[in-house]
Amino acid sequence: MNRTTLDLWVGFFVALGIAALIFLATKVGSYSDISGSHTTYSVKAYFKNIGGLKPRAPVKSAGVVVGRVGRIRLNKQDYTAYVRLDIDSDYAFPTDTSAAILTSGLLGEQYVGLVPGADDETLKKDDIIKITQDAVVLENLIGQFMFNKAAETPTPAPAPAH
Amino acid sequence: MNVLLKILRTMGAATVNGVWRLGFAARFFLAVLRYSGQSFLRLPLTIRELFFSGVLSLLIILVSGLFVGLVLGLQGYDILQRFGSSDALGIMVALSLLRELGPVIAAILFASRAGSAITAEIGLMKTTEQLEAMDMMAVNPLARVVAPRFWGGVISMPLLAAMFSAMGIFGGWLIGVVVIGVDDGAFWSQMRAAVRFEHDVLNGIIKSFVFGVTVSWIAVFEGYDCHPTAEGVSRAITRTVVYSALAILALDFVLTSFMFRGI
Amino acid sequence: MSLGNTNNPIVRLEAVHFAYGEGEREILRGIDLSVRRGQVVAIMGGSGSGKTTLLRLIGGQLRAHSGRVLVEEQDLGQLSTKALYALRRRMGMLFQFGALFTDMSVFDNVAFPLREHTDLPAELVHDLVLMKLQAVGLRGAHSLMPSELSGGMARRVALARAVALDPMLMLYDEPFAGLDPISLGITGQLIRRLNDALGAASVMVTHDVQVSLDLVDYVYFVSNGMIVAKGTPSEIRASEDPFVRQFVHGESDGPVPFHYPAPPLASLLDGTSA
Repeated sequence: MNRTTLDLWVGFFVALGIAALIFLATKVGSYSDISGSHTTYSVKAYFKNIGGLKPRAPVKSAGVVVGRVGRIRLNKQDYTAYVRLDIDSDYAFPTDTSAAILTSGLLGEQYVGLVPGADDETLKKDDIIKITQDAVVLENLIGQFMFNKAAETPTPAPAPAH
Repeated sequence: MNVLLKILRTMGAATVNGVWRLGFAARFFLAVLRYSGQSFLRLPLTIRELFFSGVLSLLIILVSGLFVGLVLGLQGYDILQRFGSSDALGIMVALSLLRELGPVIAAILFASRAGSAITAEIGLMKTTEQLEAMDMMAVNPLARVVAPRFWGGVISMPLLAAMFSAMGIFGGWLIGVVVIGVDDGAFWSQMRAAVRFEHDVLNGIIKSFVFGVTVSWIAVFEGYDCHPTAEGVSRAITRTVVYSALAILALDFVLTSFMFRGI
Repeated sequence: MSLGNTNNPIVRLEAVHFAYGEGEREILRGIDLSVRRGQVVAIMGGSGSGKTTLLRLIGGQLRAHSGRVLVEEQDLGQLSTKALYALRRRMGMLFQFGALFTDMSVFDNVAFPLREHTDLPAELVHDLVLMKLQAVGLRGAHSLMPSELSGGMARRVALARAVALDPMLMLYDEPFAGLDPISLGITGQLIRRLNDALGAASVMVTHDVQVSLDLVDYVYFVSNGMIVAKGTPSEIRASEDPFVRQFVHGESDGPVPFHYPAPPLASLLDGTSA
C-alpha cells in the first residue's frame, strides 16, 4: 500500500469519525440548559413531602427550565425535607416566590415549579423560599377520595332494627 | 481424600497461574506505555496501524450499525405505540445506541475484526522470530511493533463507536420516519430535548475509549505472549476475542453503574 | 587465517552456567571459549546440547547464571538495556529461517537497520542496500516480498540485512539447516567472504560438520552443556576422541547413544518390567 493512499484513507476515516461525533453532539444531543459551565446560585426550600423528587430534577418557572435540584436531605429538627435549588444566575426571583413540586403529565417525572411573587427584593444565595407546596402523592389522593365517598353515602348495611 | 487434595491443588495452581498472568499483563501494559513516546515520535507507524484497525473495520461497523438501528426502530415503535408514545422513538433509539449498544457492539466487533488481526500479526511475528530479530538489531519490538498497534486501536475505537451510533440513529430514523411514518419533527426534537451531550454522548465516548484501551491491550498482550507455534497463535486469537468480549461486558456494567444511576 | 593477531578476543565466555528457571536442569555447565577478530568459529553438537542457548547468551538475549559473557570486554550480565542495545548495533545475527519481516519488501528489510539507526539520506540508503544485496547476489530481487523467495534466497537476504551496519560480530543460528547442496555451498562461502571483508568475528552454531570444517578456523564441540572437544578443523579431522569421531563420521552409536534411556529390552520381553 502506497504511503499517500494510506494517509488519504486514514484521513478520510478520522474525518468521518469526527463528523459522526459532531452529528451526535449537535443533531442528536444538546447541552442541557443548566450545564456545568453556567454559574448558579442556590436557595433553600423546605417541604413536608417531596414525593418522588430526585436530585438533578429540573426547576422550572412558567415551563422554562431555570435550574436543577441540588441536594435533598431530611431536616433533623422538624423532619421536613430540605431541598437545595441551583438556579441559573441569569434569572433573579422575588423573595416571595413560591415553590411547588409538580409532575409533568399524569405519570411523568417530578420537578420543582417556581411561581414568582411581587416583592422588589430578589432571592440571594442561601435564602429560603418560604411558601412551598408539597408533592401530591397519588395514594393519599385516592385514599382521601375513598374516604369522602364513604362519608357521603353511608354503607347500605342490612338493617335488622326495622 | 486424595481426590479432594488433588482438586484443591488444581484450583490453587490455576489461581496462582491466573494471578501471575494478570501481573505479567499489567507489567506489559506499563512497558507499552513507557515506549509509546518513541512510537509517537514516528507518527507514520501509528497512522499505518490506524489504517489496519480503523479503516478496515469501517465497513463492518457501518453495516452492523445500520442494521442494529433498523431493528431498534422496528422493536422500539412496536413497544412505544402500545403506550401511545411513538413520538418518543427517537429518544429510545438514540439513548440505547449512545449509552450502550454503540460502544458495546462496536467494541465487540472491533475485537473480532481488528483485535484478532493484531494478535495474529504479532503472534506470527513472534513465531517466525521476527520480534527476536528486531530485538537483536537493537530495535525494541515494544516501541516498533506493539505500541503503534496499541495506539492505533485506542484511537480508532471511539471514532468507530461514534460512527456506529450515528449510523444506527440513521437506521432508526429510516424505519421510524420514512417507513412507518412517525413525525419527522417530533422524532428529532424529542430526541434532542432528551439526549444531553455531557451526560449521554460524553459517557458513551468515555465507555468506548475504555473499551478501546482494554481490547487493544488484550490483543497486543495475547499476541506477544502466545506460544510460538501455529497452535499457540490460533489459541491466542481465540483468547483475544473471548477475553475481550467478557471484559467489555463486565466493564460496561461497572461503568454503567457509575454513570447512569437514575439521577 | 592467522590466529592471535589481536590480543583481546571479541567474545569471551568464562565458566558460564545457565538453566531456564530456578532449580531446572542446567543447560550449560561451565563453558569457556573465546573468539578473536577475523575468526569464524563453529559451535557443534547434537540437538538439545545447549549450543543455541550459547548463541543467545552471546547475543545478550539470555543472561548467564554464573560466570561471565564478555563481548568487546563488556560483561553482558552487567549491562543496562541501553548499553546492550548500543552493543547490539555492532552485532549481526542470522536466524535459522532468516526471520525476514514479512510485511516489507526485500529492499525495505535490508534498509530496516539503516533507517532505524542512522539518519542517512534516502539516496545513500538506496545505494547501500543495493550494495549489500549485490554482495549476496540478490540485487535483482530487491522488489520481491519475502513470501516470493525460496528458503536459500531468504537466508541470503537476511544475511544482507544482518551485515547492513557492518557489524564487528556475526552470529549464525543453524545457517545451513534445510538448504539444498547448492544454496548450502553459497551460504557457506558468503559467511566466510563477509567475515573476511568486514574484518569481523563470526560465531556459527551448526550440526553440519563437513561444510563447516571446510570454512571455519576453530571448532568447539558441545555435549551435555560442556565443551567436550575443540581444535582447528585439521585437528578435529585427525582426532581420535570417540565423541568427535562419532560426530564427524556420523556414526549412529557411540558416546552419544542411539537409544533413549530405557530398561533393557530383555526385561520387557520377560514381562518383569511391567
